[in-house]
Amino acid sequence: MDNLRLLIEAPALNLQLLLDGLLIGAIFALSAFGMALVWGVMGIINVAQGELVMLGGYAAYYLYRAGLHPLFAAPLAAAALFVGGWLLYRAVIFRVVERDLFISILATFGLSILLQQLANTLFGADVRTAESGFGTLFLLGGRVTVTVIKLVSFAAALVTGLFLILFLKRTRMGQAIRATAQNARAARVMGVDTDGVYAWTFALNAAICGASGALVAMTWVVHPYLGLPYTLRSFMIVIIAGIGNVGAVLAAALGLGMAENFAGFVLGAEYQAAFVFTLLVAILVWRRFWLARERRYLR
Amino acid sequence: MRNRFARARLVAAGAVLFALVSWGVAAGRSGEQDSVMLGAAVSLTGKYSVNGKNTKDGYDLAIKRINEMGGVKVGLKAYKLKITYYDDESTPARGAQLAERLISQDGVKYLLGAYSSGLTKAIAPITEKYKVPHVEGNGAARELFTQGYRYLFAVLSTSDYYLRDAVNLAAEVAKEKGRDPKTLKIAMAFENDPFSLDVRDGILEDVKRHGMQVVADDKLPPDLNDMAATLTKVRALKPDALLVSGHEKGATLVVRQTSEMKIDVPIVATTHCDSAKIAESMGRLAEGVLCASQWDRKLSYKDKWFGSADEYAKRFEKEFKYPAPYQAAESTASVLVFADAFQRAGTLDPEKVRDAIASTDLMTFYGPIKFDSTGKNVAKPMVLYQVRGGDYKVVAPTKWAEVKLVWPRKLPE
Repeated sequence: MDNLRLLIEAPALNLQLLLDGLLIGAIFALSAFGMALVWGVMGIINVAQGELVMLGGYAAYYLYRAGLHPLFAAPLAAAALFVGGWLLYRAVIFRVVERDLFISILATFGLSILLQQLANTLFGADVRTAESGFGTLFLLGGRVTVTVIKLVSFAAALVTGLFLILFLKRTRMGQAIRATAQNARAARVMGVDTDGVYAWTFALNAAICGASGALVAMTWVVHPYLGLPYTLRSFMIVIIAGIGNVGAVLAAALGLGMAENFAGFVLGAEYQAAFVFTLLVAILVWRRFWLARERRYLR
Repeated sequence: MRNRFARARLVAAGAVLFALVSWGVAAGRSGEQDSVMLGAAVSLTGKYSVNGKNTKDGYDLAIKRINEMGGVKVGLKAYKLKITYYDDESTPARGAQLAERLISQDGVKYLLGAYSSGLTKAIAPITEKYKVPHVEGNGAARELFTQGYRYLFAVLSTSDYYLRDAVNLAAEVAKEKGRDPKTLKIAMAFENDPFSLDVRDGILEDVKRHGMQVVADDKLPPDLNDMAATLTKVRALKPDALLVSGHEKGATLVVRQTSEMKIDVPIVATTHCDSAKIAESMGRLAEGVLCASQWDRKLSYKDKWFGSADEYAKRFEKEFKYPAPYQAAESTASVLVFADAFQRAGTLDPEKVRDAIASTDLMTFYGPIKFDSTGKNVAKPMVLYQVRGGDYKVVAPTKWAEVKLVWPRKLPE
């Protein structure tokens, strides 16, 4: 309760938490875009989502160490992960597309363990960070601080979302992806190379995760075991937002980031994650009732 | 004629064969007698793999040095030391399994510790069950020594001592500046694991003793990668000291985020900063941060195996090509305890060796080692560094201080 009083006494804190939450949410939004895409098009819940984020983080870290400006590290990490995602599809994922959901969850779960341990062996368990060198903005006479890299992440999330919408609506591949998502069999009959579409989709997802990983490495830290929170949060965001709506995913992600940050402040960091999951349950229950009511109208 | 010749050949062959076999047996037996086998499960993969390697390197260096110097003398005979290793994958269940295997299948009679309190906690009941002496240097949780274990010994200071000195230092500074330590406000953030919670208990005891006030007390979940919410609170509460324990990740995050968010606290102290390499990898951002450490190469301890602490560090760096972390030093010290105990016991009977370990009173490069009745080392103090210009300088205890504490911490621009 002391914490709550603190919030009321010092309104600047609210702004700080709000900003931090929004900006963190933007990073979650990126990996959630990817998850929604893969889920919607391929019917796969990718449990290795967080590991793709982690790999993106390492790619950015090594590029940064090689002397590259971090602003370029993010797109390059995305490109590297695009290739990695393609290879992963050709090696493992194509075997589980259009199979039982349970099989794909198991397969990607195995993949996540494999990637974690590979990263541990290749890069070591050291905690690393990449310096963005962007510095910090001070608002309200230093009472509110915003690191510039978080603003960059926010912009990157918006741009990626926009790019994704345009890509799916305007390009040939985008149309093929949407057609496959609607009905894979019909698309195949119409001459769409669905296997190629799946490979593209998964690689695109990996690329988005790669970019988000690069931002994670520049905002916080990177180590082989950071994946799980990103998988869980993107899963949650997609469950709340649904799989067919980029805007809803972004909104859910930003809302989640804010809720999480306020909960961490008021309840203490130990309940931050617990609060988020309680919220998930509450939303699911509420939505069930709400949908039931809708159905009653229809009847 | 031919027959006799054949028989002679047969006899000769038989003689040669007998000679070979008996020589082989003798050689085999003497090889067996000449060495004492120690066993250890260490984390070579999984989340402790960095510290696990430090641990193994520490053990290996001790073995190499002791064997170079002719091994250990037990009674009239000199023995070489050897270690059988397994990888515990950083998981307690696996560690316990491997300890069982080392003892009951590989016939190991003396066990060296694994890395981390969690693994030590899993292995200690096994060594207790088989009455196998277990000397460790990497399990610092206080609760390891409240279970009444008879065979477990630790050369390091227990975890509740890690950041006590930071509290005492804050009190000292306050007195110097003419302020009552009772007016000091302390903010704390700890990962929710046994080690960090022990560190917290130790701090709370000293905070109470000084009559200070705890204004924030956050427990960070292990999967949290962001301290922004906690630090926002810290900024609003303006404490006199911020104390953090969350292994390498916690150390890295607190350094990075306090300077990025400009959280201005006069004393910021954390554990694990040397293994997180905060001074090396974050340089200027880490300036002024206080770090708890079990050991430092600049301390003036000495022993007959390695010479001074600094000589140990040099030897380590030459062998493994990286600076010696305290995790390696305490592992080396664990082996030295065994070597010393074997010599004093004058026998390899595990029970007698256990008693010899219990009465250890040894000076090593790592510090004095003397166990209390619960098996923890009560002779060695912790040290506190301050990061200064990309290097660690000892600031407490004052007896070994290299430089005077810079107070308050100045945030990097």
